[in-house]
This record gives sequence, C-alpha cells and structure tokens, in this order.
Amino acid sequence: MAVKVRIPTPLQRLTQGKEEVEGIAGTIIDLVADLEKRFPGIGERISESGKIRRFVNIYVNEEDIRFLKAEDTVVKDGDEISIVPAIAGGM
Amino acid sequence: MGYVSGLKCRECGREYPVDPIYVCEFCFGPLEVVYDYKQIKKVLTRKSIEKRDQNLWRYKELLPIDGEPQVGLKSGFTPLIRADNLARELGVKELYVKDDTVAHPTLSFKDRVVAVALTKAREFGFDTVACASTGNLAHSVSAHGAKAGFKRFVFIPASLEPSKIVASLVYEPNLVAVDGNYDEVNRLCSEIANKYNWAFVNINIRPFYAEGSKTQGFEIIEQLGWKAPDNVVVPCASGSLLTKVWKSFKEFRKIGILKELETKVFAAQATGCSPIAAAIKQQTDVIRPVKPNTIAKSLAIGNPADGFYALQVVKETGGYGEDVSDGEIIDGIKMLARTEGIFAETAGGVTLACAKKLIETGKIQKDETTVLCITGNGLKTQEALNGHTASPHYIKPNLASFEEILKKIGYK
Repeated sequence: MAVKVRIPTPLQRLTQGKEEVEGIAGTIIDLVADLEKRFPGIGERISESGKIRRFVNIYVNEEDIRFLKAEDTVVKDGDEISIVPAIAGGM
Repeated sequence: MGYVSGLKCRECGREYPVDPIYVCEFCFGPLEVVYDYKQIKKVLTRKSIEKRDQNLWRYKELLPIDGEPQVGLKSGFTPLIRADNLARELGVKELYVKDDTVAHPTLSFKDRVVAVALTKAREFGFDTVACASTGNLAHSVSAHGAKAGFKRFVFIPASLEPSKIVASLVYEPNLVAVDGNYDEVNRLCSEIANKYNWAFVNINIRPFYAEGSKTQGFEIIEQLGWKAPDNVVVPCASGSLLTKVWKSFKEFRKIGILKELETKVFAAQATGCSPIAAAIKQQTDVIRPVKPNTIAKSLAIGNPADGFYALQVVKETGGYGEDVSDGEIIDGIKMLARTEGIFAETAGGVTLACAKKLIETGKIQKDETTVLCITGNGLKTQEALNGHTASPHYIKPNLASFEEILKKIGYK
C-alpha cells in the first residue's frame, strides 16, 4: 500500500492521463520530488524552489496542508492526497 | 462582435485561446480575459452607453461574450443611493450605497456574474450548469438557469441557513447539501468538475463569470456622473469582487471614459474569517488560510483564491483592510436599515461596520466621497438578527390598549 495521489486535469497530460498515481511516504516535498522522477515536469508545476506554488492547494485526507505543516507535512502509506488548483467563489 | 482576444495567466503570462478553462496548465495561476481595448475605445463611450437599456449589458463590449447577451437581460443597473442620513451618523460629507439588495432576479450581486457566466456557457454549448455556493450564487444559478433552460447542479454547505436553502429549492435545481464548509464544498466541486463536462460557473467558467462583477464598478462610475469616488469599500470572501471593481475603474480610465482615477480600495471582512484583512494589517504578501467562524456566511471563505490580488489592489491604491465582529456586523445591518431604509444581508453589515471603523481611524477622510458596496438582501439571512431586533408592541384590540403603548413610548 502506498500513498494515493489524485491528479487534477491540467496535470494529467504528464501522468499519461492517469487521474490517480501512487506516491511515497514521507514529507510532501519529498513526495513531489519523487513524482518528478517518474513524471518529469510535474515537480515544477506544483512547486518552486522547495515551496508549493501559491495557487496550488494540497490536501492530505481532505485537510489543507497549510493547516498541517505545509511542505513538511508527513504522509504515510494509505493516506490520500489531492492536488487542487485554487478556485474562486463568494465575493 | 466580441472584443476578447484570449485568456492569459495572471502569474506567468502564458496565453490561451477562449475555452472553458480556468487555470494555467503550467503554473496553476488563474486565467484572466484579455480584451482589445483599442477597438472597444472606438465603440464604447459615455454617449453610446447612455443610449442603452438600463441593465448590466449596457457595458457589453467590456464583458467576455462573443454574441448577443442571452441570460439576465434585466440584471444589474441597481440604484446608487446618496446616503445622507448614514453620512450624518458616521460624520462624513458624501456617502453612497451601491444597492445590490435589489438585484434582479435573486437580490444579490451574484445575478451579475451568473448572467455573464450562463451566457458564456450557452456560447460554449453546455447544457448543464453547476456551482459551489454559500447561498447567493446558488440562488442565482438556480433562477437564471431555470429561465434559460439549463440542467442545474448546485452544491452548498449543509449548514446554510434554512431560508437560503428554500430560496434555491423553489427553482427546482438538483441541490446537493454537502456535509462540510464552503472550502470543502469547493474542493469536492473541483474534483467533480474534472470528471463531468458541465459549466461550473465558479470553476471552469470562472474567468468569464468573474468579469460580471465589473458591472458593479462601471455602474458606480456612471451613476456618480462619470466620476470615480475617493474611496470604495468592498466586502471580501475570495477577493474577486474587489479586484474586479478596481479592474472596472481602470478599464474606464483606459478607454477614456474616466479622466482621473485616484480611488482608494478598502477590503471589508468578518473577524471570524479575515485572511485578507489580516495580511493587509500584517503587511505580508502571504494569505494564511483560516477555518471560518462568522455569521457572515456569504463571506466565509477561509482560503481566498483571489486574496493575493485583492491585497495587491489595496496596496496599489493606498487603501486598507478592516474586520469586524459578529456583534458589529449586526449593528451594521441595523444602522443601514435605520438610517437608509436598506435591509442588507450579513455581508452588508460587514461592509458598513468596516467603513465605520475606517472612518473612525481616519483611514477614510471625512471630507471625501465614499461608496459602500452592499451586495445582498437581508431577507436572505434574517436568522442572523434573531434576538437582536426590537419586539413588537402586543396589545388588546381596543383603543385604550393602543394608547397605553403611545404613552409608554412617549409618542407626541
């Protein structure tokens, strides 16, 4: 069992159309680095010099990582991760 | 006849064709509609606008549609009220209320954005429209979508006020009440939008939808006699309305309709959900998301998508951000009703109460012209006032009983 990572539409071109891929346990930033090895290009879309990009939201088991430890949030096997572009609403 | 030349990423500047897309494939930055202002300048003038019908489509060249308007043909052009009673109470010279409590058809400024979004959805060929909403957007998508004949899916947080739920259900959309807060509903919807080919007005139609907010700003300028105010106070949830009101002012300046523009833009939030105001006060560029806890549910977005840009506008114009408690919000609602006869929803209470603070602290000068953006009707959030209004006078059906009351209240 690995970490489940849901890939948003704009990035699925980099994952050969896959909506969900497996990730490694550890910190979020390590997980992103590992995704980059297997799906070249995805790393720089999500992060910039070790930080998650401003308009990218990452959720671990439905919790925004900014409420956890941001890039240093640790994920374990069985966790589910969603990568979601920021979206508008309200006023 | 359209004047849109394409979409452009606000972050990295990459360009895209006009499609139902909303984020830059490269950096995930939001996409913004790009117009051909040179051509617009030739056709859109004070005179040409003044000849048109009084609805938001009178500025159609600055809206992102290709053909003729199709939805919300009577939306917009709400009154700009000179609020002298309120000005006296707050101790300022010239104060106006932009009154979207009477927007057609669902009594909030969302009727503007949805009119534009659904017209665009039809141009794109969608048959189903959807939204994630804190209430007002749900009403507007339900109503405009009914009239225009779309299938409708509306997603709301299950904790919404009961009256707001009824006001959507009456139009018979597919209403989905999600066990979670607005940010969670939004996240779910972005995953649903990935999977279903629907026009999600605040997701894949967002670049077009958000442009509809500019019409509030265009109207303010026109109704002030083609002048920009010194200050405008705008309620913030995602920060989109604030950035678009400022964009509308700048566009009028760019095409020559406005000669001068020195407006300061102020952001109003509830203390229980104030990530934008907090960043302004702390002078940081980082918007820290929060878990909302406020009676102003229509502003309860803890993770504001346009917060960063709202912050830039406030800085660029020399404005400020303010936030107010639930108690102050209720006092604000009551003050607007008592002085100007306008019953605003909780967001209106936020705007007024923040304006009051901004005046008291000298951020808004007493001899300047200020416009308050009041965005929704109080009949939608009556629950917020439970226990906070005066009570009726209960009497027997006879004159003596009535006159006892007159004596009690000291009526002369």
